[in-house]
Amino acid sequence: MKIGTPKEVFEGERRVAMTPDSALQLQKLGHECLIETGAGVASGFDDAAYTKAGVEVVKTGAALWKAADVVAKVRAPDDTEMKRLRADQTLISFFSPVADEEKMQAAAKKGATVVAMEMIPRISRAQKMDALSSMANIAGYRAVIEAGNNFGRFFTGQITAAGKVPPAKVLVVGAGVAGLAAIGTATSLGAITYAFDVRPEVAEQVESMGAEFVYLDFEEEQQDGAVTGGYASVSSPEFREAQLAKFRELAPDIDIVITTALIPNREAPEIWTGDMVAAMKPGSVIVDLAAEKGGNCKQTVMDEKIVTENGVTIIGYTDFPSRMGAQASTLYATNIRHLMTDLTPAKDGVINHNMEDDVIRGATIAHASEVTFPPPPPKVNAIAQQKKKPAAPKELSPEEKRAAETAAFKAQTKNQVILLGVGGALVLAVGLIAPASFMQHFIVFILSVFIGFQVIWGVAHSLHTPLMAVTNAISSIVILGALIQIGSTSILITLLAALGIFMASINIFGGFLVTRRMLAMFQKS
Amino acid sequence: MEYGFTIAAYAVAAVLFILSLGGLSGQESAKRAVWYGIAGMAIAVVATLIGPGQGLWVVSLVLIALGAAVGYQLATKVQMTQMPELVAIMHSLVGLAAVFVGINADLMINDIAALYDEAGQVFGAVGPDGFTAIGLPAATYDGLSSFGQLIAKKSGVEIGILRVELVLGIWIGAVTFTGSIIAYGKLAGKVDTSAAKLPGGHLLNAGAAGLSLLFAIMYLAGSGSWTLVLLTLLALFIGYHLIMGIGGADMPVVVSMLNSYSGWAAAAIGFSLGNDLLIVVGALVGSSGAILSYIMCKAMNRSFVSVILGGFGGPAGEQMAVEGEQIAIEADGVAQALNEADSVIIIPGYGMAVAQAQSAVSDLVKKLRAQGKNVRFAIHPVAGRLPGHMNVLLAEAKVPYDIVMEMDEINDDFPSTDVAIVIGSNDIVNPAAQDDPNSPIAGMPVLECWKAKQVFVSKRGQGTGYSGIENPLFFKENTRMFYGDAKASLDKLLPMID
Repeated sequence: MKIGTPKEVFEGERRVAMTPDSALQLQKLGHECLIETGAGVASGFDDAAYTKAGVEVVKTGAALWKAADVVAKVRAPDDTEMKRLRADQTLISFFSPVADEEKMQAAAKKGATVVAMEMIPRISRAQKMDALSSMANIAGYRAVIEAGNNFGRFFTGQITAAGKVPPAKVLVVGAGVAGLAAIGTATSLGAITYAFDVRPEVAEQVESMGAEFVYLDFEEEQQDGAVTGGYASVSSPEFREAQLAKFRELAPDIDIVITTALIPNREAPEIWTGDMVAAMKPGSVIVDLAAEKGGNCKQTVMDEKIVTENGVTIIGYTDFPSRMGAQASTLYATNIRHLMTDLTPAKDGVINHNMEDDVIRGATIAHASEVTFPPPPPKVNAIAQQKKKPAAPKELSPEEKRAAETAAFKAQTKNQVILLGVGGALVLAVGLIAPASFMQHFIVFILSVFIGFQVIWGVAHSLHTPLMAVTNAISSIVILGALIQIGSTSILITLLAALGIFMASINIFGGFLVTRRMLAMFQKS
Repeated sequence: MEYGFTIAAYAVAAVLFILSLGGLSGQESAKRAVWYGIAGMAIAVVATLIGPGQGLWVVSLVLIALGAAVGYQLATKVQMTQMPELVAIMHSLVGLAAVFVGINADLMINDIAALYDEAGQVFGAVGPDGFTAIGLPAATYDGLSSFGQLIAKKSGVEIGILRVELVLGIWIGAVTFTGSIIAYGKLAGKVDTSAAKLPGGHLLNAGAAGLSLLFAIMYLAGSGSWTLVLLTLLALFIGYHLIMGIGGADMPVVVSMLNSYSGWAAAAIGFSLGNDLLIVVGALVGSSGAILSYIMCKAMNRSFVSVILGGFGGPAGEQMAVEGEQIAIEADGVAQALNEADSVIIIPGYGMAVAQAQSAVSDLVKKLRAQGKNVRFAIHPVAGRLPGHMNVLLAEAKVPYDIVMEMDEINDDFPSTDVAIVIGSNDIVNPAAQDDPNSPIAGMPVLECWKAKQVFVSKRGQGTGYSGIENPLFFKENTRMFYGDAKASLDKLLPMID
């Protein structure tokens, strides 16, 4: 199959859906790769790099659409591109089945197959092709960088000869992929980072990234994130009030706010209200990653940067991934490559569009002249159901700890006394019937077992094999028995004793030699 | 030489043996300790040879020399991966020697009894004080070997005790003998390693044990030596059948158990010969093996009885279904991750020994360490087929022992580790032991390698390991499967590490 990537026609789009690296991998699957001339220039990949990777450079977009069996691109196709789409061609790109419904219908009518990257189900198997996550990751990083660009101070606190600089305080609202990426970036720049999310189960992730989770004084049975595929859902009005009250309290202290709150298929919720903006210090920055869906702050203007009356900068760009063309292209092209790997399971260059596969089925919105959206729910839940957390072990007070220790010690003493009692009684019972000559040996035996137990517990774990070899060698001490018996007048006894001597001496020499060999190998670095 | 000198020599030897075991607490002192053991053995043998009553010492020396030659061959030729087999086969020799010595003691008792008959006296009859044996006429007595004299002096009760001891010695020795041979066969792959039982299973063992007890009682009641022969045969059968019923993965327990048995056999023989050194050494070896078995069982969270009865117990309920897929990775991906990692933990298992991959692993470690990475090994107590098996293999491949860690030392370090590499191990890294209360291995302590940022599993192919338990580790998001023979995979990987 020929996989082609045209130049993105959307103005300002720097990304490209195929990189020289991903092309090499695609060729390993048995595909041929085509690219429109100049498609990768904005991301830093020139035509020569593609040619070197074995990609055929095609002069025009029209020629590419004609030649390719599979077209992989970033943005949803525009009208011209829709015209170029033909029957039995597969289009892989971002393609919103809701916003671009007409285009979806048109594509289905034509008999083309459309795989929408944003429809890849969020199950662990599909993470490698989840372009929304990889783009969100970039957006989160870039949001912090853009904020820093518009923020007049350091992120990290410093004490310099020229005075003390306080650290910047960053609040990230919404701890999805973008939010977590923003948290990671902000903390590594040295800012004091706070984060909030309506899903309390992400608190652990937030804290693992080095930020402080903002808890609300609010008790509500939260919906399990597993049911909604890990996305947030609409919260109750009471919860919203508690949340806004908390933000109002924080607003005067926060220097940078990054909002990433989105609910699937809804307008972005307002979480940073006008009075919070007014309460912020001049020079503060708000980056609204939800600008495309109306913004988490109502003052946000999509694709623009504005400064409010009190000197707060509000950034509403929507093209953060594109602003990092090289990185975004690399990740997106890898997502596409993984998708192609799943589409060509035999690695023979033949696409097997398996509609039984959860991931492929979920992402395909038009196939075999039919609209295949919405997909049936995936068979696998994205996130395992939250287990009921076992009641946290109670923090023990010193007295309780002491009591527990005393009890353990008592139990141990009791065990030991019982053991000694039973053992002692047994030995005494033996002593009652056995003659003195036996008991003389018996005492030696008991003491030896005792010494054995004491000594062997001290042996290092790593030396257990040498221990076995040594004990094996010394257990050949039965040779003494055979040596005493061999002098007997009976032929049979002499013969058996001789055999015993022979076998035991094999063991003595073999055992000691092999132990020495092993021990000599243990070297310190 | 006087008998007193021999006893003194034995005392010295006993102290040396204890020191030689105690010295194994550290790698450096162990090198010295093994010399103590050798010296102890030499003193004991020489003292016995020059001691009273030893005839045929030239023959004995020749036999010892022959045994030395064979032992030398065995010890120098053996591959370190074959250590478990060697240890097992050596146990069988001790067991057999114990059986021979025990049978000899019985023969000698019969001879002495015949002599008493000739002299017209009753064997074991006691004098006026009630416990000193009357004994044979001086002329006959002096003609006996020292072992004969020892028995001839015994009273009736003492003869009875002697018989109990030698029955025990022979029985344990015979079980050790066949058991070790089967363990050897299983370890060497000459006998099918899966748990196999004759129809009747453990009832057969119980029946044989019951019969042995019956014969033992008959023998003690004076039914004659034929009962002893039958008893030996039954014990041989029990040893065979018991170990046949135990699967390959439980071999660490079996080998250390047999180790323990060979010690108890020696101690029992020591009693019947009235030899304190045998008793001391037998008790030391016996308790050592018992402790090793205990440690191994604990590491598998199983009771000793359940290991001996073979097989895993049935699961208590539905096991958790494993979700996700096993994602394969090629050598270049592994190499890239290793080149970027700062800390690496390698978890070797029996699969590494099978593939003879330890030197390739060592080369990999050398290369990674040369780059200043923190590379360590995590050893589970039951990795391999012998306690401490992995340590010896790694030592052979010249991996320094101070980077080889025990489970408890390293388990807390996984979350801060970039890459964990699992080479040929399965159950010891199975998260189901912690997560799934219905798993057959629930509660077994495991190496928590899945907490590392990335895990690579070098494995021959898909499918479950020896125990047949599905391993959710292979389906985790941060796990990549590096399929192929461990050695071939590592050889492919090595040139890519820069």
